[in-house]
Amino acid sequence: MSTPVIDVRDLRTHIVTRWGTIKAVDGVSFTVAEGETLGLVGESGSGKSMTCLSILRLVPRPAARILGGEVRLDGDDLLKKSAREMQRIRGKRVAMILQDPMSSLNPVFSIGMQVREPLASYHGLSGRALTSRAAELLASVGISSPAARLRAFPHQLSGGMRQRVVGAMAISAPPRLLIADEPTTSLDLTIQAQYLRLLKDLQERHRLAMIFVTHNLGIVAKMCDRVAVMYAGRIVETGRVETIFATPRHPYTRALLESVPRLGAQTEWLTAIEGQPPDLAALPPGCSFAPRCAHAMGRCRVEEPPEFTLGAGHASRCWLDAPA
Amino acid sequence: MSPALLEAEALTKHFPVRRGIFGRTGGLVRAVDSVSFTIDAGKTLGLVGESGCGKTTTSRMILNVEAPTSGEIRFDGTPLDRLDRDGLRRYRRAVQAVFQDPYASLDPRMRVGSIVGEPLIINERLPGPALRKRVLELLGLVGLPERAVELFPHEFSGGQRQRIAIARALALSPKLVVLDEPVSALDVSIRAQILNLLRDLQRRLGVAYLFIAHDLAAVAHMGHVIAVMYLGKIVELGAAADVALRPKHPYTQALFSAALPLDPGERREEIILRGEIPSPLDPPPGCRFHTRCPQVMERCSRDEPPLAPESGRLLACHLYPSPSK
Repeated sequence: MSTPVIDVRDLRTHIVTRWGTIKAVDGVSFTVAEGETLGLVGESGSGKSMTCLSILRLVPRPAARILGGEVRLDGDDLLKKSAREMQRIRGKRVAMILQDPMSSLNPVFSIGMQVREPLASYHGLSGRALTSRAAELLASVGISSPAARLRAFPHQLSGGMRQRVVGAMAISAPPRLLIADEPTTSLDLTIQAQYLRLLKDLQERHRLAMIFVTHNLGIVAKMCDRVAVMYAGRIVETGRVETIFATPRHPYTRALLESVPRLGAQTEWLTAIEGQPPDLAALPPGCSFAPRCAHAMGRCRVEEPPEFTLGAGHASRCWLDAPA
Repeated sequence: MSPALLEAEALTKHFPVRRGIFGRTGGLVRAVDSVSFTIDAGKTLGLVGESGCGKTTTSRMILNVEAPTSGEIRFDGTPLDRLDRDGLRRYRRAVQAVFQDPYASLDPRMRVGSIVGEPLIINERLPGPALRKRVLELLGLVGLPERAVELFPHEFSGGQRQRIAIARALALSPKLVVLDEPVSALDVSIRAQILNLLRDLQRRLGVAYLFIAHDLAAVAHMGHVIAVMYLGKIVELGAAADVALRPKHPYTQALFSAALPLDPGERREEIILRGEIPSPLDPPPGCRFHTRCPQVMERCSRDEPPLAPESGRLLACHLYPSPSK
C-alpha cells in the first residue's frame, strides 16, 4: 500500500470554557492516501471542523489547545513545526476550502490581487507571467472570461463563482492535501452539482488527498472513497463508503442512514434518532451515544467501547461489535 | 367536489428597483410571475426551487404580509382582497407559519409559556387557567415536557426550539401552516424527528401544509403535491410520487439528478446544468430556463411555454407533448 499523504494519530484537541473542558477532538486517527477522499461525517459539534483546524494548527487560541497526537504530512509531524514553518505549509502543502467563500475572500481587494498573492509567494512569479497564470487558474476552475474577472471584486460574483475562486486559490500551489469543510452548503442544488464535479476534476488532475467534511450523506456517497463518522469528538465508525452504506455497524451510523428521506422510497415514517445532540461539556460516562441508542446495554453506560476491527479497513466503536 | 382550502390564481409579485436619489424606477424584479396552485384541506403542497425562484415571496403573499401585484388568493372560496377587517383577522388565525431559523423566530426574552400562549391571549382572551391548560396541551402535542413553560428559548436545542415554534403556530388551530424550510437549520439526526412530528400532527389535526424547501427528498417525503419553481414560474406541478420519480421538465430532472444519491452504488444519469441562475431582474425571454437547458430548442428562446396538462401533471415545456404524437 502506498504511504498516506496525511496520517493523523490519536489527535486530541480540547476547548476550555466557562462550563468545563470540551473534548472537541478526542483521540482521532485516520489516514488519507494520494488521490483518495475521506469523508468526515457528523453533526454540528461532533468535532469534524475542529479536527481539520487542528491539522492546520489553526484552532482558536487560547481557548482551544491541541493536547497530543501526531499529524504526519508525508512523514513530517506538523504538530512539531514552528509557527513560521506552519505558515509555509498552509496553503502550499495543505489547503482548505471553507463553507462560506466570503470568509476566505477579502471584500476590499480585487479577485486578481487575491489570486495572484499565493502564486507570487509559492512560485515566485511576477509581472505578466503572474497575471496570465492567475487567469489560467481561474479558467481551470470553470470561470468564464477570466481576464475580466481578475479585475472584479468578490461582491460582484455569485456565491458559486466565489467558491470557484476559493477553489482556484486552494489549488494554486498545488497542495498535497485539500481539506474541504462543507464547501457546498451555501450553494444552490444545481450549482452544488457543478462544484462537486469541479472538485473531483481538480483532485484527479493533481492527485490530491482530500478530506471532505460534511453532514450530507449524499455527498459522501458521491464524492468519497472512505468515511469516518464522528460523534462527540470521536470517530465511531470508519470504513470504505460501499461497506458503510451497505453494512453499517455502529447504531449511530445506521440511524443516520435511516433517518434521511430517500427519493423514491415510499416510507411513511422516518427512523428518527431520539433525544438531542450531546452536551459536550457534560458527556455521559461510557459510550457518548448510549443515551440515544436503541441498542444500549448496561455496559454501554459504564465502560467506553474501544475500536473493534470488523474487516479490511472497517472499524466500529460499539460494544455490539465486541468479539464474543 | 368541495373547493380547495386555498387557491392561488395567476399570483404575481413585482418589486420595483429604485435607483439614484430621486427614486427613479430602474426595473422590475419579477419575483413571482403568474403562479397558480391549490392546496386541499389536510394535504401538503411542496414548493421546491433554488434561491431566487420566488418560493418565499409566494409564501409571504399567502401569509398576507405582501400584497400581490396582480392575481388572487382565495381561501375557502373567498378572495382575500374582499375580506373585511374581521374576515382578515380570521384569515390570519387560520393561516400560520413556521420559519427556518428557530434561533431567530423566538423572542429570547419571553418564556416558552408566553411564546406559545401569546396568540391565545391576543385572539381568544382565554382566562388564566384555561390558557395554561391549552399551552400545556400544545407542548404535549409537540413532545415537549410541561416544565418547558417556565424556561427561555436559549435553554433548548435547535430541534426543541422548532417544536416550540410549531406549538405556537398550532395554538389557534389553523387550517394551513406555511413551513418555510422548517428543518434546514437543524442537525441531520433531528430532522427526521421534526418531519415525523409534522406528519403526525397533520394526521391528527387535519391541518394543511405549504412545505417550502430545497431538499427534494424531504419535499417528496412530505408533499402530496409538488410544485417546482424556476425564476418566478412554476415549471412542473403534479402528484409528489410522479414528479419525484418520473420528473418530466428538464429543470426538474436536473434538480432531482443533483439531489445526491443515498447509496454509492446508485448510478443515476447525472445532469449538470451549465451556467448560473439568471437574475430575476432581467429574466431570459421565452422559456426562462432555456439559457441552461440541456435540451433547448430554437423556439424556446422565443415562445414562453404555457403551464399545460401533460401525463397527469402540469408542465411548462415545449418538449411536451412530444412532436412525434
